[in-house]
Amino acid sequence: MKRIQDFSVIDTLWLNSSSYILILKSETSIEKIDPGNFAEIKIPDAADIFLRRPISVYDVDHEKKEISFYIKAIGKGTSKLGSLLPGSKVNIVYPLGNSYTPVKNKNALIVGGGSGIAPFKLLGEQLRGLGSKVTYLFGARTSEEIVLTDVFSKLGKFNCTTEDGSLGEKGLVTSHSIFKNIKYFDIVYTCGPDPMMKAIAKIAENNNIRCEASLENMMACGIGVCLCCVTPTIRGNAVVCSEGPVFQSTDLKW
Amino acid sequence: MVDLQVDIAGLKLKNPVTTASGTFGFGEEFVDFIDLDKLGGIFVKGLTIKSREGNDYPRMAETPSGMLNAVGLQNKGVDYFIDSIYPRIKHWDTEIFPNINGSVIDDYIAVAEKLNEVKGINGIELNISCPNVKEGGMAFGVSCPSAIAVTKAVRKAYDKTLIVKLSPNVTDIAEIAKGVEGAGADSVSLVNTLLGMAIDAKTKKPLLSTITGGLSGPAIKPIALRMVWQVYNAVKIPIVGMGGIMNGNDAIEFMLAGSTAIQVGTANFIDPQVSEKIVDEIEQYCISNGISKVTDLIGGLITE
Repeated sequence: MKRIQDFSVIDTLWLNSSSYILILKSETSIEKIDPGNFAEIKIPDAADIFLRRPISVYDVDHEKKEISFYIKAIGKGTSKLGSLLPGSKVNIVYPLGNSYTPVKNKNALIVGGGSGIAPFKLLGEQLRGLGSKVTYLFGARTSEEIVLTDVFSKLGKFNCTTEDGSLGEKGLVTSHSIFKNIKYFDIVYTCGPDPMMKAIAKIAENNNIRCEASLENMMACGIGVCLCCVTPTIRGNAVVCSEGPVFQSTDLKW
Repeated sequence: MVDLQVDIAGLKLKNPVTTASGTFGFGEEFVDFIDLDKLGGIFVKGLTIKSREGNDYPRMAETPSGMLNAVGLQNKGVDYFIDSIYPRIKHWDTEIFPNINGSVIDDYIAVAEKLNEVKGINGIELNISCPNVKEGGMAFGVSCPSAIAVTKAVRKAYDKTLIVKLSPNVTDIAEIAKGVEGAGADSVSLVNTLLGMAIDAKTKKPLLSTITGGLSGPAIKPIALRMVWQVYNAVKIPIVGMGGIMNGNDAIEFMLAGSTAIQVGTANFIDPQVSEKIVDEIEQYCISNGISKVTDLIGGLITE
């Protein structure tokens, strides 16, 4: 069930100069959250920021009543969220959108770039719990942008690429050597910039492997009523916030 | 106890708070957040005779104290609404108002005739003011003769409460309001969005695929209030006021300017509970001010 709920900031853990984890705690219980779900976060004390910001859920701890978000500070809203002090109140609408399809006892490749790594802690945990083997592949410009490797390494085999070669294989994520053995994988999950996801989806589709991509379209409402965040699909314009954000790549006309 | 009931040309709403078309889906999207039975009415997403895919993405741009949209009436058509959506939502104890659109008068008539036959739907909103598509009819809404012509035609096709939604993108909204009143409208709702535009200086490109779009939110509230006041002083039919209403106080202001009922629009995107809160806030205002009937607020602006 969707809910509008007040939280307090526990901490903002900065991972590098541009990204952080926002940890929020509630007085009351937290709704069930599936990997890929997102929240619409109201930016507190920001009269010049009118709309909520849709942010993918990074982690949830039902016992501690905590929910956390991996956020890249790229605009006014995401920068403001990163500057909140512990104790600040934050109001969120969640859980929104659909989620990645879980698979049992399979080999899963998870490809992320930019803020697109956010849903992949929860997804990795879920897949492991179902007996699937997880392989991560994250791409970035430099080693500074490859973060949370300790978290992801515990959940699966961790690989990365950097454009400057400072960590992992040098080049774009799509040129990683893992794709030589793409047929080993039963499913590919991806989230990140559209051009990256399109390239990943193409590789998967060429090898008849199911690929699920989570889109990051601009949104207003987050609950499927304003119809602002659409993406063209084989069934016409789909509303990303309510029919997505996760789509099977073959449904997308991107 | 405050009497919150209002009357739109014979159609009783349990309170003046309704939700604006295009900002509230078909109501069912909000059931996790509010009790829809508490609302005076719901103006559901705009309908056309045939299904429409709407405009290309991007359709939205955040602007100071508001937003631009260029959705372009994406909908599955009036038949789908009647056959598949209305049966799911009709059990709520609130008035459901379809918002109807067309590119030619015959399309409006066809949609109105279909809705006229639907038991339980007691009123429609005739949209002659969507700025984003030809089918949204703003061409009808910005000239007096064409506004009169489409209102007359739909009036003939529709027996129940007919509310005409006016465009603010005109020189004299009161003249248009008088025109549609004379053509048989039971009520007018105003204002639809203001035609606007946003540009990214870095890329030198527009932020909307359609270049221009409709501005909504608190940014337009002073204009909307002024127009409600002008129309209130020009017509006798009831007004459904809207434009940047974010809370109960804003709603009261619209009633003081002459609105019988109000629509909550863009605020639903920021707080999905806001419409129900506004009902409570209006009641509280009445209690605090010793007002026993909410209708006493209508046009209650003190100008001397």
